[in-house]
Formats: sequence, C-alpha cells, structure tokens
Amino acid sequence: MEKFTVLKGVAAPLPLVNVDTDMIMPKQFLKTIKRTGLGKAVMFDMRYEDNGAEKPGFVLNQEPFRNAKILIAGANFGCGSSREHAPWGLLDFGFRCVIAPSFADIFYNNCFKNGILCITLPQAEVDKLLAKAQEGNTKGGEFAVDLSAKTITTPDGVVTKFDIDDTRRHNLLNGLDDIGLTLQQLDKIKAFEAKQKAEQPWLYA
Amino acid sequence: MAAPRTLYDKLWDSHVAHSDGAGNCLVYIDLHLTHEVTTPQAFEGLRAAGRKMHRTDKTIAVPDHNVPTTPDRLETIKDPESRLQLEMLESNARDFGVPYIPMSDIRQGIVHIIGPELGMTQPGKTIVCGDSHTATHGAFGALAFGIGTSDVEHVLATQTLQMQKSKNLRVQVDGALPTGVTGKDLILAIIGRLGTAGGTGHVVEYVGQVFRDLSMEARMTVCNMTIEAGARAGLMAPDDKTFAYMMGKPHAPKAAQWEQAVAYWKTLKSDDGAKFDKEIRMNAADIVPHVTWGTSPEDVLPITAKVPNPDDMSDANKRVSAKRSLEYMGLIPGTPLEQVKVDKVFVGSCTNGRIEDLRAVAAILKGKKIASHVGMLVVPGSGLVKHQAEEEGLDKIFVAAGAEWREPGCSMCLGMNPDILQPGERCASTSNRNFEGRQGRGGRTHLLSPGMAAAAAITGHLTDVRKVM
Repeated sequence: MEKFTVLKGVAAPLPLVNVDTDMIMPKQFLKTIKRTGLGKAVMFDMRYEDNGAEKPGFVLNQEPFRNAKILIAGANFGCGSSREHAPWGLLDFGFRCVIAPSFADIFYNNCFKNGILCITLPQAEVDKLLAKAQEGNTKGGEFAVDLSAKTITTPDGVVTKFDIDDTRRHNLLNGLDDIGLTLQQLDKIKAFEAKQKAEQPWLYA
Repeated sequence: MAAPRTLYDKLWDSHVAHSDGAGNCLVYIDLHLTHEVTTPQAFEGLRAAGRKMHRTDKTIAVPDHNVPTTPDRLETIKDPESRLQLEMLESNARDFGVPYIPMSDIRQGIVHIIGPELGMTQPGKTIVCGDSHTATHGAFGALAFGIGTSDVEHVLATQTLQMQKSKNLRVQVDGALPTGVTGKDLILAIIGRLGTAGGTGHVVEYVGQVFRDLSMEARMTVCNMTIEAGARAGLMAPDDKTFAYMMGKPHAPKAAQWEQAVAYWKTLKSDDGAKFDKEIRMNAADIVPHVTWGTSPEDVLPITAKVPNPDDMSDANKRVSAKRSLEYMGLIPGTPLEQVKVDKVFVGSCTNGRIEDLRAVAAILKGKKIASHVGMLVVPGSGLVKHQAEEEGLDKIFVAAGAEWREPGCSMCLGMNPDILQPGERCASTSNRNFEGRQGRGGRTHLLSPGMAAAAAITGHLTDVRKVM
C-alpha cells in the first residue's frame, strides 16, 4: 500500500447524501478480476449518457475536477454493497482522500485498506469545504491534506483540524501491509485455535 | 461478579485471538463464505505475496452472483466476463484447496441461503463473506458481517480480521404482527424508523416477542436487511426454533457434540441488565405491509400511503435527495402508492428466496393469472429450495399463473447476470436494495414482501396484499 503523508490537489464537491457503492461502481464493472482500471467507471450512471457521451453537468466531467484527488460528499457516503471495486475505482480515478459528515462502515474500512484517507467532519465544516471546492471551478487552486498534522488547508489558507484513529493513521502514514502485521501474531492465532478446539470441538469436527 | 454482557459482547469476547490493549483486536473467523465476484483479487493477492491459506476447512466457495438462471446455463455462459469469473472461482478453489460447490450441484445457491441450509451457519460462530448481506446469518445468533476483498484476502491468509468493537443497538418490537404482515414489512418499517445510517457503527440485537414468533426464514429476512440500516450485523438470540431448524443438517454437530453445542448455544443471549449504547422500541401491531417509493431503503411507507411530497420535508438534505429520487422513480407526489403500475415482478434473492417465501407467493397466485402487461421471475435461492418447491408443486402454480420459474442465483437482485430491468421499467421486488440502477440502468425498484409481490403481479400495480388474501 502506498504511504499517505501530505496530499495536495483539487477537491471535487459532490453534495449528495447516501451515495451508495452501486452508484460509485455499478454492477457491470464488478466482473473484473483486477483491482486496476476502474477509474473510468466511477460514478458511471451520473457521469455518462446512455450513448457513452459525458454528461457536461456532472462535476467530474468539468475542469479542474477531472484531476481531483479529494472528494467532498454528503452524509452516509459509501453505503450499501461491500464491493471494494468502489474504492478501487476512486483510487484509479486519482482520489486519495474522501471528506464527508459520515461514512458507511464497510466502505470506510475498505478505503483504508487501499490507502484512501476518509475524513469525517461535522456537517457545518463539510459545508464550508464544499463551498470552497465549488469555487475551484472558477478560481482553481489546491487543497492540502496533511495526515501527520491532521489538517486540511483550503486554497485560500484556511486550516481545518480533523480526528482519526491512531492505528489507521499510523498504518497509512507508513503504508503498512495488514496481512504481514497479522502474521506476526500467528502463534496467538494458533493458541486461540487450540483453546477453541478444546472448548467447542464441534467447530473442528 | 462479571458485568452483564450483551449477546454481541459475548460473541466478540469469545473470538478475540489477540488485543493490543488499545481496542485493536484480531478477531477469529469460524466460517468464510466465498463467491466469484469478491474473491479473484484476494486469491491473486495471496499468489503475488507467495502466501498460502491459513487453513481451508473453514471456507466454502459457491458461484451465485453471475450465474444465469436459465436451464441452458450448464452448457454455456454467454457473457465472457461472467464466465471468466466463474472459472476463476473454480480454479482458485482447486488450487488453494477450498471446498467448492459447482453450479451443477443441487446444493448450489446464494451463499446466504446455503450456509444455513447446509448447517454451516451455527449459533456462536463468526461468519464473514465478501458481501454485505452476510448479516443474514445473525438470525442464528452468529456474528456475521460483510467485508471487502482486502479483508477476504486477510481472512484467507490468517483466518482472522483486524477489528475494533462496534457499539450495541437494541431494537425491541413488542406484540404480534397483524395478518398479512411479514418479516419483510417488519424490517422495512425498522429501516424507515432508523434510517439508512441509523445503525452505522453498531451491531443490532432484535428482541421482543415478535422475533421469537418469526420462523427461521423470516428471522433471516430481518437480519439480512440490517445492513440497509447501516449496521454491519443483526443478531437474534438462538432458541428452540433455531435448534430444531439446525438438527440433522449436513454440517450440524452430531451425537454427543450436538448436546454439547446446544448447551453452549443456550448461553448465547444478552444478560439481564446488559448495557446497550442505543435503543429503539416499536409496536408490531402498528405495522402494515410496507413498500419503498424512492432510491434508498429508508424511503419506505405503508402501502396505504401516498407518494410523499419533498416540499413537506423539513430536512434540506432529505428534500434534495427525495426530489432526485422521485424524478428517477418517475413518481408524482400525492399519488396513492396502490395506483403505481408495475412492469416486472421479481421474487427471489438472499432476502426472500427461501421456501417459505415461495409458499407465500404460491398461496396468492394459486388459480390466478398475473396481469397481461407484467413479466414475473421467480428465482429460488438454492437448488435445495428449488427441489423442495417442485416437490410441493409450487413451480406449477407459478408457471400456470404466467410467471417464469428459474434456476437458483442472485439474479435480478443486482443484475450481474442477464436478468435485468430495461431503462424506465418498474419492478415490484422482494430483494433488498432500491438504489438507482441496482436492477439495471434506469430501472425502478419497489421493495416489498413476497406476498405483496404476488399481489402486484396479479393486479399489475402495487397492491395491499390483504385485499387479495
């Protein structure tokens, strides 16, 4: 997993609530056997007409948001299906950070497994950032997300602090491999199995 | 004396293999259900890192999402991408040594239908799958939840997950459901009350007489849709009904171990005085048949209601999303829901693809014809459900009424196989999600119970099932 330290880039505003993972990555793209190449499918139905042409009114079809690295969205972002194809698509598009008032649990976890930072902020704070991001259409300029300092800086220099679980932060800052870390505890897993087998033998019958 | 614990607390405590003391735990997984869509990248990850599975006896592989439901599926699968994914599941299972149930096997079906059917789903287990509807298995008092593909890989490699504990949410429903009102209506009403994010960060325990009265099938329907309220898992304490359902199932404990297991399973309930972080309480007698009108499962109302007017909504975000939903759904505020005409009816899915669901549909359809403009698909959740339904002659009732009787799979619940809606088509569906495009791009989904689906098929519009019973 790629390390996340400081991310600088354009933030795209998507002020919708309950954006589900079907919306982020529709079913027809779940047939891939790879993790890459899904960027073109992100938000597919909102992004393209039936004939494949871009819908000009959609934010990711507009400059400078085509190159956005940060997505700012409404509450309960990523609800529904557990499909990791949603964060894979966001990552492939270029997003490394999503900011919203709340996230669905599975999506949130999936993002961190792929080096995408999810930042939860109160609605009022998100609304301010959304307004700044919308100005990006005319003024340009980059946001900066500093995971070490736990800050978001808008193009005009306004700093917002955010909170994040220490372990998630540590793993992301260092790009750690979860499985490798867990395998260091293999003796504990085996000890658990021995104990469970003695107490609940039917689980090992 | 130890502090009283919830059922979730007990399940959690009994599966922590390691804790760092700061809330980060390695949780041991007793059963891993795998299917073709969310596993190719996980197995590929193992290969790339030169890793093996930690063990293979707690994993089962079965194709369900992509499989066609037409009888010719054993000869050829036309969609090359689907075919490749299905072939990869089989070859990965073979290469890594995972027990595999092929499409030709009568036990094939939707993962969440076959786990309970084969007795793999058991009280007290931790159960995961790369599918959010894994919550289904909570009906047995198992801690069951959906995971992404990275976590699928993690479980394959270590038989554990890195987790932090969720909070406890108790949903208490008192009393008994009125006639014609089912587990599906109950969970839709609960989602309407909680909202799609009401359970986020929580594990739900369902308590109250109404849940004890439900069959195991209906309990699974309720737990299945817990994810639609944002909670990762839903739980019900196991009881004699649970044990009776499980007894004799192929993978259920045998002989002396059965007695030992049941004695343990009986301890799986929340202690008196156990603390819940959040609680809601409802009265079953107030619940009527429900149907969704929008594009989120929380957009739900009694069938007796009218399409809501977004302008009446006080929350600005809700107003915006309701307007968007109604535009997508092609509905006009103030229209009685019973006047909404449907084009398709889908009966099936991990929510309502069990034998009891098919019996409910047959009871309404028997001796009747579906409306001439309606197309109806009945898709059993598994080969065993299909076999049972045919033994009971239900298939003949469906076909005589004008419905199509298909082979088992996820089918039109998410339309990864050829069973999809065309743009603008409206479907009365027993599935679990009414998201935009879920059943096909531009398709319009109304979630409801199997009986309500059958009623809509007969009249050609959303209908209060109590009128045709």
